[in-house]
Amino acid sequence: MSTWDRFVDTFFNARVMAKYLPDILSGVVVTIELAVLIVASGLLAGLALALVRALAIRPLNWLIIFIVDLFRSLPPLVIIVLIYFGLPAAGLSPSGFVSTWIALGLVLMAFAEEIFWAGITSIPRGQWEAARSTGLGFGQTLLNVVLPQALRLTIPPLTNRTIAITKGTALGTVVAVTEILGQASSAVSNSYNPSPLMMGSAAYVVLFLPVVVAARWIETKFAWKR
Amino acid sequence: MARPIVEARGIHKHFGALHVLKGVDLEVAERELVFVIGPSGSGKSTLLRCLNRLEEPSSGSVVVDGIDMLDPKTDINRARQRIGMVFQSFNLYPHMTALGNVTLALRKVAGKSRVEAEALGRAALKRVGLADRAGHTPGQLSGGQQQRVAIARAIALEPRVMLFDEPTSALDPELVGSVLEVMCDLRESGMTMIVVSHEMGFARNAADRVIFMDHGLIVEQGPPVAIFENPSQERTRAFIGQIQRH
Repeated sequence: MSTWDRFVDTFFNARVMAKYLPDILSGVVVTIELAVLIVASGLLAGLALALVRALAIRPLNWLIIFIVDLFRSLPPLVIIVLIYFGLPAAGLSPSGFVSTWIALGLVLMAFAEEIFWAGITSIPRGQWEAARSTGLGFGQTLLNVVLPQALRLTIPPLTNRTIAITKGTALGTVVAVTEILGQASSAVSNSYNPSPLMMGSAAYVVLFLPVVVAARWIETKFAWKR
Repeated sequence: MARPIVEARGIHKHFGALHVLKGVDLEVAERELVFVIGPSGSGKSTLLRCLNRLEEPSSGSVVVDGIDMLDPKTDINRARQRIGMVFQSFNLYPHMTALGNVTLALRKVAGKSRVEAEALGRAALKRVGLADRAGHTPGQLSGGQQQRVAIARAIALEPRVMLFDEPTSALDPELVGSVLEVMCDLRESGMTMIVVSHEMGFARNAADRVIFMDHGLIVEQGPPVAIFENPSQERTRAFIGQIQRH
């Protein structure tokens, strides 16, 4: 057996791949479910926090800044573990799936809040003043004038953050979530062969390329004519 | 004289340690065009912004068209509809077309339907000579055109008073004329206007009264000829001399 054959046999073993393909595919489904839940809830919660912060109620803003800084500084893995092993002490016992969702959702919320907030504050004061001088209220100005401009600025950093956090779903393996990496590594232990890991890697690429392409499309669509 | 449409009394404004307005009284009659001049930092823009409460006066009273602007019970958003404002830097919404800029408040504040708002918006754009630019975004318009869209945005709400905060200062010289023309038309239609600007030629031709401000106070006021040709105060004379030399 040549070196090349041995390499292929180790990393791209057709027999092993065929056997574990269904497992990897079910992992893909779990990863997609988890990612969609994390991104939807994280972005919404982040936007909500940024909007509340725009109201400039000081004690509330201190609380928001504290929460945001906390979840931006803690390693996501630690948060997952804390929720999974810690919450049962409080009478709640979330599954590994739910723990990962909550933990990564909170992390994305924290980063998204900062990104949305930066977008909102980057809109010149003159925009607020022009809108308010025509009689638009604070909320109307925020929704109709400031937010549409701010969101356009936030799309590139949000895309990055979204992709990063979605890849973080792999951390769910530590609390037995059967997502792509979890399925791949148990297949590796069962087959004594790393080929499933290659399939897992391919699955991540196939999953994320459309996300990146979609993000580019949104960026161009949101750009207004200058 | 009938009751003035703008009545500001004893306006003081502090920005931290900075005392920007030191007790300014301003009365403007209906259909009057008042010009406010003065060196930068004299408080003229701040005075203007106190009239529609974009700036909260530290003390004093502001009554516009019978509405107490500083009463917490006043619906400030409704009151502001009656006071149009035009800014030095236009402040058009870059993500909307000219028509979108003009119709936003008509729809959201005045409660007009989209069809109604667009009809009114197109009429306002026509008044400023930009009927054919309704679908353009601010980025596709020249500075003069942008400022005229901003004027259309304000007049579409049929305000009782218009405030102009250095409307031509950010414009290239060759674009100033188009904006002044629109302001002249507006004056002829009987609009009450308060204009902070250094366009002396325009002031001479169009203003009923010129106010000279310095260090947060009104130093002198009177008809344009009196202020420009024969000011009674030394500070006014110095300022007029300075701007006329250029």
